[in-house]
Amino acid sequence: MRLLPPIPDRLKPAPKRPGTAAPQKPLELVQEAGISAVDWIDERTSLSGGLRWLLFRKVPKGTNWFYTLGSATLFAFLSQAVTGVFLAMYYRPDVAGGAYESVRYITNYAFLGEFVRGMHKWGSSVMVILVFLHMARTFFFGAYKYPRELNWVIGVTLLILTMVMSFTGYLLPFDQRAYWATIVGVNINGTGPLIGPYLSDFLRAGPEFGATTLSRFYAIHMLLVPGLIAALVGAHLYLVAKLGTTAPPWLKAEHKEPELEAKAKA
Amino acid sequence: MNQAEKEQYLREYNILKSQGKPFFPYAVAKDSIMAVFVLVVIIVLSIILGAELGPKADPTTTTYVPRPEWYFFFLFEVLRVVKPPALTPFATIGVPTIAMILLFLLPFYDRSPERRPERRPIATTAGILTIAAMAYLTFLGASAGSPNQVDLKAPKDLHGTALAQFNAGKLVVGQSGCLACHKIGENGNDGPGPELTHVARDVPQNAIAQTLRNPTAPMPSFKRLATQQPQKFKALVFFLGQLK
Repeated sequence: MRLLPPIPDRLKPAPKRPGTAAPQKPLELVQEAGISAVDWIDERTSLSGGLRWLLFRKVPKGTNWFYTLGSATLFAFLSQAVTGVFLAMYYRPDVAGGAYESVRYITNYAFLGEFVRGMHKWGSSVMVILVFLHMARTFFFGAYKYPRELNWVIGVTLLILTMVMSFTGYLLPFDQRAYWATIVGVNINGTGPLIGPYLSDFLRAGPEFGATTLSRFYAIHMLLVPGLIAALVGAHLYLVAKLGTTAPPWLKAEHKEPELEAKAKA
Repeated sequence: MNQAEKEQYLREYNILKSQGKPFFPYAVAKDSIMAVFVLVVIIVLSIILGAELGPKADPTTTTYVPRPEWYFFFLFEVLRVVKPPALTPFATIGVPTIAMILLFLLPFYDRSPERRPERRPIATTAGILTIAAMAYLTFLGASAGSPNQVDLKAPKDLHGTALAQFNAGKLVVGQSGCLACHKIGENGNDGPGPELTHVARDVPQNAIAQTLRNPTAPMPSFKRLATQQPQKFKALVFFLGQLK
């Protein structure tokens, strides 16, 4: 296991003092039980190696606050997922009036309803901004270059999926603004070459905006695209951990060889 | 990048990485602070701005101007910049599709080993120009007026029921959000749709009705209005038919 990064010294358990007897204090017993539980899981999953690989890998020095934009985007996505689950507990994708009524119920009557809906609504704006900032950082620092090309492609796919999320989510409150903006949006899709008209028909569940259009948007918004995003984020993070966080482009590696040569001459 | 440059990069990177600090707890601490900051921003936005719910969706009238979420404004504005109807598909799908393909393939056509932004003048300039263009288009989209009223005076030769019909139609135009994309007299946005101030000069009234029922995308269809509220639809067609 030489490939695994070392555990930082501060996190290593202190060696037992010589002469201390077997654990007797309750706290020590609990600690012992915890360790044996973790051992039990690790014996069956071998997770500790992967976790150590993920957590104790080194990050080049000089990484600054710009490097937190990716994890901030992920956090905004998680916030959207949690608030979205609570909204889904009340929402009904019913064109006949149920959808609008359920959103009205959330906004006006449900406990903290407007607050959670506001977090979901504005969280989407925050997530889109963070996605673009994260992309700008990657672009200007040249971080998409060898060997991270594939991670850039996954990232662009995630950007498009984020836009799909906000487009499908916009219809769900089913008020005037949502309805008409979506009609125009779907019509714009329809002007696309080759697949455009088929894409519009797929989104509308037919040639006209109908009874199942809303449930279709709902299914895309809360099942299909979030699943895809979660899976691709997993791949994105795996590649980040495997290839390592990029160093700032201005940083040059200090070569130790000239010093060594000088020493050898002396 | 050729093989030597690739190996050179990996060597340099491995040195830099070995001089770094472990991800946990150093990077995790920064990420956590950023996460708390993001959560606070979302909560503050939610408390201050809330979540308004407009009037219930009504397929027969659009008292609301069709407006996307603000971060789609720049896409919507491309429609407005490109005027000729023949080029509309180019603006709606062509430009975004080309931009997306360019974005996807970026690492495959930008193959130079240089990573410092000041030594990659083309990439850096292109990036800054793209951001500036998107910001400008978003600003245009945000500041574009969305008036729901037409100030046009009725022609002098209209009297009685014709005049009433004209004014009723004017109201429907205001309610239907036509002005989001069409200019009529002094009101409305000039684009993405064509100006309608003199639409009846070239297009006869029944052709206008036909277009309202089966418009060219992205304009929404008024078929539902025609079947469910034929009075309003008739007034709308009459009004547009008088714009000479």
